[in-house]
Amino acid sequence: MTTLFGSGIKRREDPRLITGTATYTDDIKLPGLTYAAILRSPYAHARITRVDVSAARAAPGVIAVYTGADIKDKVAPVPCAWNVPNCDLKIPAHPLLAHDKVRYVGDGVALVIAETRAQARDAIDLMDVDYDVLEGNVDPEKMTRAGAPQLHDDVPNNLAFTWVVAGGDANKAFDGAEVTVKERIVQQRVIPTAMECRAAVASYNKAMGQLTLWVTSQNPHIHRFLCSVMLQIPEHKIRVISPEVGGGFGSKIPAYPDEALVSFAAMDLGRPVKWAEDRSENFKTTIHGRDHIEYVELCGTKDGQITGLRTTVYAGMGAYASTAGPGIPTILHGLIYPGPYTIPNVLGTIRGVYTAGAPIDAYRGAGRPEASYLLERLMDVYARKIGMDPFELRRKNFIAKDKFPYTTCTGLTYDSGDYNIAMDKALTMIDVPAFRQEQAEAKKQGRRLGLGMVSYIEICGLGPSQVAGAVGFGGGLYDSAIVRVYPTGVVRVYIGAKPHGQGEETTFAQIVADEFGYPVENIEVLSGDTDNTAQGWGTYGSRSTAVCGSAVKIAAQRVKEKAKKIAAHLMEANEADLEWNDGKYSVRGSPDQAKTFAEVALMANLAWNMPAGVEPGLEATAFFDPSNFVYPFGTHICTVEVDEATGLVTVLRYIAVDDCGPLINPMIVEGQVHGGIVQGLGEALWEIAVYDESGQLLTGSMMDYAIPKASQIPHLETAHTHTPSPVNPLGIKGVGEAGTISSAACLVNAVVDALSDYGITHIDKPLTPSRVWAAIQSARQHGNGSANGNGAAIGTNGAVKENGR
Amino acid sequence: MIPTSFEYVRAGSMREALAAIAGAEGVKVIAGGHSLLPVMKFRLAQPARLIDISRIAELKGITPRGKGARIGAGVTYREILESEILQERFPILHEVTHTIGDLQVRNRGTIGGSLAHADPASDMPSVMLALDATINLRSKRGKRAVRAREFFKGAFVTELAEDELITDIIVPSLPPGAGTSYTSFEQAASGYAIVGASAVIARKRGTISHAVLALNGVGEMAFLVPGADSLVGARGEAAELDRVAGGAADGIEITGDIHAPADYRRHLTAVIARRALDTALQRAR
Amino acid sequence: MKRSVILNVNRIARTVEVEPRSLLVHVLRDDLNLTGTHIGCDTSQCGACTVLIDGQAVKSCTQLAVQVEGMDITTIEGLAPSGALHPMQNAFWEKHGLQCGFCTPGMIMTAVDFLGSNPDPTDDEIRHAIEGNYCRCTGYQNIVLAIRTAAEVMRAQSAAGQPTSEPAGESTQRSPLPAAEPAGAGV
Repeated sequence: MTTLFGSGIKRREDPRLITGTATYTDDIKLPGLTYAAILRSPYAHARITRVDVSAARAAPGVIAVYTGADIKDKVAPVPCAWNVPNCDLKIPAHPLLAHDKVRYVGDGVALVIAETRAQARDAIDLMDVDYDVLEGNVDPEKMTRAGAPQLHDDVPNNLAFTWVVAGGDANKAFDGAEVTVKERIVQQRVIPTAMECRAAVASYNKAMGQLTLWVTSQNPHIHRFLCSVMLQIPEHKIRVISPEVGGGFGSKIPAYPDEALVSFAAMDLGRPVKWAEDRSENFKTTIHGRDHIEYVELCGTKDGQITGLRTTVYAGMGAYASTAGPGIPTILHGLIYPGPYTIPNVLGTIRGVYTAGAPIDAYRGAGRPEASYLLERLMDVYARKIGMDPFELRRKNFIAKDKFPYTTCTGLTYDSGDYNIAMDKALTMIDVPAFRQEQAEAKKQGRRLGLGMVSYIEICGLGPSQVAGAVGFGGGLYDSAIVRVYPTGVVRVYIGAKPHGQGEETTFAQIVADEFGYPVENIEVLSGDTDNTAQGWGTYGSRSTAVCGSAVKIAAQRVKEKAKKIAAHLMEANEADLEWNDGKYSVRGSPDQAKTFAEVALMANLAWNMPAGVEPGLEATAFFDPSNFVYPFGTHICTVEVDEATGLVTVLRYIAVDDCGPLINPMIVEGQVHGGIVQGLGEALWEIAVYDESGQLLTGSMMDYAIPKASQIPHLETAHTHTPSPVNPLGIKGVGEAGTISSAACLVNAVVDALSDYGITHIDKPLTPSRVWAAIQSARQHGNGSANGNGAAIGTNGAVKENGR
Repeated sequence: MIPTSFEYVRAGSMREALAAIAGAEGVKVIAGGHSLLPVMKFRLAQPARLIDISRIAELKGITPRGKGARIGAGVTYREILESEILQERFPILHEVTHTIGDLQVRNRGTIGGSLAHADPASDMPSVMLALDATINLRSKRGKRAVRAREFFKGAFVTELAEDELITDIIVPSLPPGAGTSYTSFEQAASGYAIVGASAVIARKRGTISHAVLALNGVGEMAFLVPGADSLVGARGEAAELDRVAGGAADGIEITGDIHAPADYRRHLTAVIARRALDTALQRAR
Repeated sequence: MKRSVILNVNRIARTVEVEPRSLLVHVLRDDLNLTGTHIGCDTSQCGACTVLIDGQAVKSCTQLAVQVEGMDITTIEGLAPSGALHPMQNAFWEKHGLQCGFCTPGMIMTAVDFLGSNPDPTDDEIRHAIEGNYCRCTGYQNIVLAIRTAAEVMRAQSAAGQPTSEPAGESTQRSPLPAAEPAGAGV
């Protein structure tokens, strides 16, 4: 029997998806269903002085209207679930509907429930709210300055926290450094833009006191818990079902006011309620990602040995602390500053800042892309300054493969790695010297080519629960699986993770199929219903396969151990004499005496003839809590052409070598890598949430917020190396975020390479044509600087900024 | 996203349509709907009555007219792309249409709808200017023909009166051997032109005999570049093209937006205009 | 004021009571329970709502149901006869042309229309054709591969005079992607 582990079988979830028969949240219909719409603030920051919803209440089809004042004593605020320790984190109240102040464009003000979607929408237009408009601002640096608008009364200077990561003695390292490079880097706000907007349907059984909530969730168990807090009803009285989910990228992790509002209304009215977000509502109110203003510096020797990294980061939190918001620019960002390098001294000061924009939370990579980006940008600036090849600089500083497990100065212990092999492999896919020659030739003809590269690692497979507790995460980070074998031998696997595109119905079935020697068709993987599954923590942080997949494997092994006992009993053999071949238990030496797994399953479920002391049935539950995070790594290389006349960047080639350990389904892994890279390219080239000075979102629709289109993206060239992780039984490292963690820096490095002889050391992403053009213009005006890293760095508005502080 | 309520009338003929829009308040005309429906969904337009002209046979069809062509106002972009007459006689129409919207939008959007909407960024108006097309209008009051060069009056403002409909567009023949080009630089999200340039150039014995350049996306409406005339009699040397392209937006008030600040858009205008002129010249026989 | 409209949806004449302002996509989803057609944006860009109207791909969020009265509408549910798969659907499955699946029905409908007028496209032509269909998961690479594969299958079928759908059902057929290298090989 060939194993399915490692085989690119077709996905088992696809038949329903390609035929339009899958059920997403907005597809759900219930008898007596009503529809919700939410009146949202048109101002970024304003005091509510009057709310008149009487006309809306009287409108055709309207069943109920609730204002913030109506519900504030009946529900609790939206909780933040990441209480980062060792800092002064302040978490202001986030009411489900604003009743005194609105704090970003899109903040909910009133809720209407009507018989039809159209009637609910029409009623919104009949509501009359007076606002006393206050100054709004979404710039996290400016919001800390004297005279900035004060968003929350209990958060002076809008400063959510100051959190410090320190290892070694960075100040000393910088004081004595031979070489120092500095940049001011803006990592812009981006909008996750899952193709499915958020939606929720709530239904309440009054007799049972039971709420059922269908919601677009990456983690239904977390939603169950957070909704129980907001609604103030016990957790066991809430069943959360996350049906088919149309992408998340982090945006469907947090608890939002909306699903709680819908639940509250369903309980209050005794009728089911549905709410489905519009795209423009999504852009305004679903979490955004990134939003850092960073002052970063790297120091080292003239021959390329890095000695220190220092950062000061203003990290936007948006208007309120979202579910995981505070943990992202701290735990998931600062701790990974050393990257794949032996950096002995690190000092990072992170200031979380409330701003009058949509809340910021996890977006694909969450904190780690920001860390990788600033480090890999600085590596290139450093390489150029000391005249060293960027590949060589990385190699010189890589943690050697014999140093694992390796503990960084920031306190992380990397599980396993061999960073050179990924770079070696990437370098077999492109002839760098030949490209350099082509680049020089092209330049003579007035064409600018560039080559960029990055080496990265990431923290994945989140993670040990003990660590989760120690870093203030309000939950565990283990996961669970139930493997249940039916009398006919078919298997159902219930998991605590919630795949939403990652294909785990297939990969997890492959894991079980291999254990049981079964075809994959006999195994069905189910997720997303808190009533079916044991406690789980969801799908994010490239954790599902490493953590939940391991739970699946362990549960399957437990089932198999029991099956072996039963098989031995049925064959009147000693368990120790059994061997497992071709999906059968047979007695060593007499291969004709055998029991298939299905035969054993039948007997276990009938229980006519069980071994003494063995319970009937054949199922097992496993909770797997890893001993450490996993640390995937890789090297990406890309080449670009920059049209100097227009500033247009064209990606010529993109080469990615990722090491996420062994691959269960290479086809699915490839898909994850492709999607991740393109999302990072989107961030590097086009994507930015632009707010004006008053806090109005100017990129409020897909007309102005550019996610990548097929015609803008090159064919990607991918490969893998395979370094197993010792921290889980599959050896898996996780791959969902890898592409996004590396590709933005890789692209920007390539563009800066193309323009480096202008003395340009940095241009803030996204590298839109107008920004690239402005960078060239301003570099030309300021003379052709040498490529020594002292040239112009181009900031958000294209103006020349001084380097460093 | 749901529009406000309105009354819907499907016109079976021009007569019915013209009667329905004459003297009525709050009426909007819908054909493909790809300009109107999005703004109605955002409730930025709230018509009381919608007159659907998409099934009026008289508005259909692409037919040769002399060495030029007549294009019905209700002709979709897809029909333009599939028209052999247009492909052969006006390759610029094929070129521009290929860049408009996307496949689905081209299946539904109509040339008449685009011209009547007069979005400053939209591609088709500058091509109509460059080709010196005539736009035929009709109302209950009668018919009139307006040159495209007189038709556009400002952002989303045209010569079209409230009771008028565009019936068809007459595109006159091009000078023999003329080369054409529509070159645009698109905004990454919407695909709308930040700058679009339509150029038509003909040569006789090595000297330029006809030169037209029109721009869209730059000012508040598509416009003809007056300086292009000066290429007539020239040989099309780089410096001559540079001069015309460089001055293409002279006197035009250019506003910036988040995608293209004003100085960038002004610079880009020269670049794109230059590229359009260059391509048209190369294509001229 | 509602009016009665007949729509020929997936080869069946359906009478629906709609307001003039009802968007086709809402009528398909809410009135006809054809929820395979999705809504992904407000601005006629993402293409998740694409259906075929008289054989042409159209964004059903930018059509009023009353506008398409009497026309033939095909949704993803009606692309292939019940229990069968269209070669395009099959190719998306075979080549891993989808992840979350939300954009997939619209993507498939556009691709079907596109191949109708360009049965042997280049990858660049495919990428241009699906500009109006956004996917946030796949990076488009396997979508392009799937459409190219479907084109090959459909050309072969058309040469052989065969119909363009085949029985649905799962199979363990291996994808033609290269098999994984052994775990820990560390090449």
